[in-house]
Amino acid sequence: MRLTRLLTTREALLAAAIALMLALIASRFPAFVAPGNLVAVFNDTAPLIILAIGQMVVILTRCIDLSVAATLALTGMVVAMLNLAHPDLPVAAILAIAVALGCGLGMINGLLVWKLDIPPIVVTLGTMTIYRGAAFLISGGKWVNAHEMSDAFKAFPRTQILGMPVMSWIAILVVVVLAVLLARTETGRAFFAAGGNPDAATYAGIDVGRTRFLAFALSGALAGLVGYLWVARYAVAYVDLAAGFELDVVAACVIGGVAIMGGVGSVAGAVLGALFLGVIKNALPVIDVSPFWQMAISGAAIIIAVILNAKAGRARGRIILRQTEAVQ
Amino acid sequence: MKRRQVMALAAGLGLAASLMGTTAMAQDKTRIALVVKALGIGFFEAAAKGAEEAAAELGDVEIIYTGPTDTTAEGQIEVINSLIAQGVDAIAISANDPDALVPALKKAMDRGITVISWDSGVAPEGRQMHLNPSSNELIGRMIIKLAADNLPDQTGEVAVLSASATATNQNIWIEEMKKAMPDYPNIKLLGVVYGDDLADKSYREAMGLIQSYPELDAIIAPTSVGIVAAAQAVTDAGKIGQINVTGLGLPSEMAGHVKSGASKSFAIWNPIDLGYSATMIAYHLARGEAEAQPGAEIPIGRMGKVTLDETNAAAMAEPFVYDASNIDQFKDIF
Repeated sequence: MRLTRLLTTREALLAAAIALMLALIASRFPAFVAPGNLVAVFNDTAPLIILAIGQMVVILTRCIDLSVAATLALTGMVVAMLNLAHPDLPVAAILAIAVALGCGLGMINGLLVWKLDIPPIVVTLGTMTIYRGAAFLISGGKWVNAHEMSDAFKAFPRTQILGMPVMSWIAILVVVVLAVLLARTETGRAFFAAGGNPDAATYAGIDVGRTRFLAFALSGALAGLVGYLWVARYAVAYVDLAAGFELDVVAACVIGGVAIMGGVGSVAGAVLGALFLGVIKNALPVIDVSPFWQMAISGAAIIIAVILNAKAGRARGRIILRQTEAVQ
Repeated sequence: MKRRQVMALAAGLGLAASLMGTTAMAQDKTRIALVVKALGIGFFEAAAKGAEEAAAELGDVEIIYTGPTDTTAEGQIEVINSLIAQGVDAIAISANDPDALVPALKKAMDRGITVISWDSGVAPEGRQMHLNPSSNELIGRMIIKLAADNLPDQTGEVAVLSASATATNQNIWIEEMKKAMPDYPNIKLLGVVYGDDLADKSYREAMGLIQSYPELDAIIAPTSVGIVAAAQAVTDAGKIGQINVTGLGLPSEMAGHVKSGASKSFAIWNPIDLGYSATMIAYHLARGEAEAQPGAEIPIGRMGKVTLDETNAAAMAEPFVYDASNIDQFKDIF
């Protein structure tokens, strides 16, 4: 009970921080908080939200997936080239291929972690390079450009439904599905258990390796989904697509209160962490801050979040101790 | 093993025969080898077209268009050695490595072969002169001209979307652009933003410019990632016709945005002109009609002339402008 309350306050704190930031930005550039622009900011942050949720599930199991941006780039390149070769392929098929391919790439990560017992950071550091290399190989370093993509391919993520682009709706759908999955299903609870205390989880009958494998497959599938959305939205596919974006994804999780040591995190936290970064990214260009300060501000936000996390972590420890004492 | 030797011998004989054949055929022609980074790249195929154009104009020139099958220095060294063996009069090369090719090219120069580099240069000791497609000053002037020429009365507000804040090339070009701005007194530069050559950040920065400056007339992006992202942002913001995106980009990447009207025109070197000019220079040097030394002026046919600087490098011309009238011709080339 106290734990839940603590988590809610953490997320409330983050929401308050975002609101404060919006107020500060509005004082310098009022148009930023116009409803239309807030929708645009949310839409711009949608890829980060989707990836952050996938990453959160992986981190919950005490792993990390550094290959998300490379998976995104490879999948994006594949679907873009597929669209170039077969312009008539329906978007539904493209979406299915993107998700399946991303899932497959995630499964490779998962298998290496599960069956060969290699540390996840090493596995995904390796596959990160391999996936980007593969994107280079299949494309020969060439770009797929706006005029080479079919109109339907480019139009899908920006189609407006009830005042919001499809890309935003997909992010919302992912948030809802994952929230239910994590809170209401056996597999969902297993993610928490596998990372919170792998030994206890094993005793409870949870296959920790298999759970991690599923987490990687999920993260890969979401990265594949974003791969298509990304190339369609920016109407260009090239090898260095989303270079370094995996760090933003991990940062969003950390800011959102996902414990890097596993077991602790919430969908709401990851979403808020992503939104926090999204608001900064979208606001800095309009409030005319020098690019060097932009980097410093983004970095400071991450450090502050980590400090808060560390404090929250300690508090949690104490609570558990007290509870144990109370039981004794 | 034996079989391979026989085959190699046969191939060698064939090569020798063909070499004798060409030497006999082209005795009085100046033979210029255009060596490219790799065969099968549109940009270089276009340069070869330019070289043929120069050859037709000069009359007594034979162009040997060659290069390795992949972009390696080793492959180019093999090609150079074979050209030395053939006794060509001049080698004009776009190098895969500035230093690795120096010994092979020195050997060529020792045999009396004229060696120049173009597009991608060789270290000064490995060539007589180097032809740059353009110069920083010409690029800086061109990008502001592109923006100004598409504005009524050359009046309006522009902003620059660059690569990273520490990108040397872009910073020099923007500096040169600012130096050229007094020629356009009614153009106001609102600011410079940085997209780090990432599609998403460039897009966001372009959106930021569109929001911050309602009066914005043009975005100048001297980077190929930036110009495409800015054009997409202008399209998504529904500002086509109101904000013109220009700068440096590749025809294949910009074709769609020129068609949609998001970009009225942009610039980059013209590979045809580059192959043409390199051939002209190689011809004049090989014939002893010009000498490669600092300050020398070498004529390059329809492109005018180039002047060599203290490192024997020269700039061909200002970047070539691409717009709706010629984009279709070039979009499949590079």
